[in-house]
Amino acid sequence: MNLVIEILISLCLVTAGVFGLVGSYGLIKLKDTMQRLHAPTKATTVGVGGVLVASMLYFFLIKGSLSFHELMITLFLFLTAPVSAHFIAKTFIQAEVTEKDLPDPEHEFGWAVFDDAPSYPDEDDHEPKP
Amino acid sequence: MIGLALNFAVFCFSVALLLNLWRITRGPTQADRILALDTMVINIIALLVLYGIYEGTAVYYEASMLVAMVGFVSTVAYCRFVLRGDIIE
Repeated sequence: MNLVIEILISLCLVTAGVFGLVGSYGLIKLKDTMQRLHAPTKATTVGVGGVLVASMLYFFLIKGSLSFHELMITLFLFLTAPVSAHFIAKTFIQAEVTEKDLPDPEHEFGWAVFDDAPSYPDEDDHEPKP
Repeated sequence: MIGLALNFAVFCFSVALLLNLWRITRGPTQADRILALDTMVINIIALLVLYGIYEGTAVYYEASMLVAMVGFVSTVAYCRFVLRGDIIE
């Protein structure tokens, strides 16, 4: 039984390490910035998740103390990774891509990076007069 | 066996930190550098948790939670600074 627990935790740790390494290797291997955005946001997040699961299993099964702090960190990372990836993509588009390179937007207002937010007629009353 | 796997994971995340450093020094665009910094913060969280397992204490969760929050806020602030030239408009 003890051996099974050790194998389980070791498997989590090794998987997490490999995923973390692959995520950061993709950061230097891939050619384009938009491609590079994929590797750290997906693989590294899974790597950290594996480390946190391994830590939770270790403290629960070997030390005998159950805590959900790790799950909180995992949840936080899984929530914030897409937000930061979106911000980084927006930064890249604003700095390196011109508006002509982007496909036409489906609606009448343009891309959010280049155009202001669409304003509606009844909102104009609240704006300060020049 | 856990000790061996722990050493392997620490090795992997340390090499990952070096690769991130390479991308920060090379990175042709500013978005690359922000991305590498964000990845660096995540790798450091993993290293902190691994050190917590190594020492057998639960202190390092608090530290890694704080590092996670500060890392997210700093990434967003850096992006906003590059995007708009100001962080809070």
